[in-house]
Amino acid sequence: MLIISRHTSMETINPEIRLSAPEHIAPSTVTFTVNRIQTSVQVLPWVSLLDALRDALDLTGVKKGCDHGQCGACTVLCDGKRILSCLTLAVMKSGSEITTIEGVAESDQLHPLQQAFIDHDAFQCGYCTPGQICSAIGMMQEGKARTRAEVKELMSGNLCRCGANTNIIDAIMAVKDGGTNA
Amino acid sequence: MHNFFYTRANSIEEAIDGIRVDSAAKYVAGGTNLIDLLKYNIERADVLVDVNHVEVFPDAEQMADGCLRLSAFMTNADTAYHPLVEKKYPLLSEAILAGASAQIRNMATNGGNLLQRTRCYYFYDPAMPCNKREPGSGCPALNGYNRMMAILGTSSECIAVFPSDMCVALAALGAVVEVEGPSGQRHIPFSEFHRLPGRTPHLDNNLEAGEIITAICLPPEGFSRNYAYLKLRDRNSYAFALVSVALALEMDGECIREARIALGGVAHKPWRVPDAEDFLQGREATPGNFAAAADLILQGAQAFEHNGFKIELAKKAIVRAGKMALHPETHLPGAQPPSFENL
Repeated sequence: MLIISRHTSMETINPEIRLSAPEHIAPSTVTFTVNRIQTSVQVLPWVSLLDALRDALDLTGVKKGCDHGQCGACTVLCDGKRILSCLTLAVMKSGSEITTIEGVAESDQLHPLQQAFIDHDAFQCGYCTPGQICSAIGMMQEGKARTRAEVKELMSGNLCRCGANTNIIDAIMAVKDGGTNA
Repeated sequence: MHNFFYTRANSIEEAIDGIRVDSAAKYVAGGTNLIDLLKYNIERADVLVDVNHVEVFPDAEQMADGCLRLSAFMTNADTAYHPLVEKKYPLLSEAILAGASAQIRNMATNGGNLLQRTRCYYFYDPAMPCNKREPGSGCPALNGYNRMMAILGTSSECIAVFPSDMCVALAALGAVVEVEGPSGQRHIPFSEFHRLPGRTPHLDNNLEAGEIITAICLPPEGFSRNYAYLKLRDRNSYAFALVSVALALEMDGECIREARIALGGVAHKPWRVPDAEDFLQGREATPGNFAAAADLILQGAQAFEHNGFKIELAKKAIVRAGKMALHPETHLPGAQPPSFENL
């Protein structure tokens, strides 16, 4: 059981705000299913789901890019929907089912999208890749992207600064609808 | 982000009880804007009351009077893709899908969409003064970098714009906001929900302390045949509007029986001018008539150093949205806009 807290921004907090902030806030137990395993962590209320996954559960495949909902690197699946783990609190997700990039493969069999990303050279530095793949899995489950233009539009929440976007869309098109778009 | 307590409410009543009116308690639903602002220490809360688990009856309910009642707790994505919304209120679907990203739309709720704060750079920078963040501290946007700022309804204290896309469509459709609070339930017409900055730019809307949005009611007329949401921005997706237009027409042959036009990205609230809509009534849906309506809508527009382009952009966007409304097939992502040779 880990107790985690955020220290990083304490120095920048207005001292008045810090003085008047409530004291003696106890960590809560958050129980959720992460990558098919039921897990409990002790977290303080202001810990993001992203920090809980990375720091308490060592799921560092979930990437902390901007931490402000602008880049999509922290995308995970929550109850089957793609969400940004940086913009939600771990305590808010108690009872949920979370899937991170570490949980998309079946034992040693890569998820078809993981294989497609390799086959289509769909990453360079790889930092955005876990979020891209989780997002694409969520998008395929939503079933709203029919054309390549719609895939591009519905993947716009995941930024790639290396410029691999074209190959990312190629990889998704190759897998979507059972590979009929390849 | 400073420390706060967290509590879950299981009903609206519990949520309202959980907000101590005189303390810095806040409701949290999707959290996509609030949690970000807490991280920047722009918003502060001593208590977060999580309203994601309140029991609500159907997400979207067809009422006996023909209205569609959308739960405030429904996500933006579920709303945009709801069969009744897609069929009867496609303008609302399109506006929602023009905003944010798929991940954020999966989290953000309808109530929260109405309550999001401006994305003014100065509001987001605690090192700068901002009358919205700290009343009385000043507005650096007035003489600063104000390219994204408002051109209509500004005051000498604030020129921020309201960033929502969804709300531009809700304004055009004439939605009604249902709220509950310590003193009971009330219904607020959409045009009266958000405020202009005036002398109180720290107030974005007319909610009373402790009140919570419970639903958004859409009137029976959904303008599902002739509508357009045109959003103009610096990149093609996942960016806030420079100017957006929600335009809906009810046609009677070549003539307009009823027109609705709301602008986003130009003011502290979605901007509607009834005179312009009245002008179009009974007239033909021609570029010339839309241009004349646009002049009425932009009457009194005031540009600042870097955003003068928005006035012309808004006028042309209205004319183009008018043409798009007559050709809904031009709305699909990747679709080519209709020819504008005659405009």
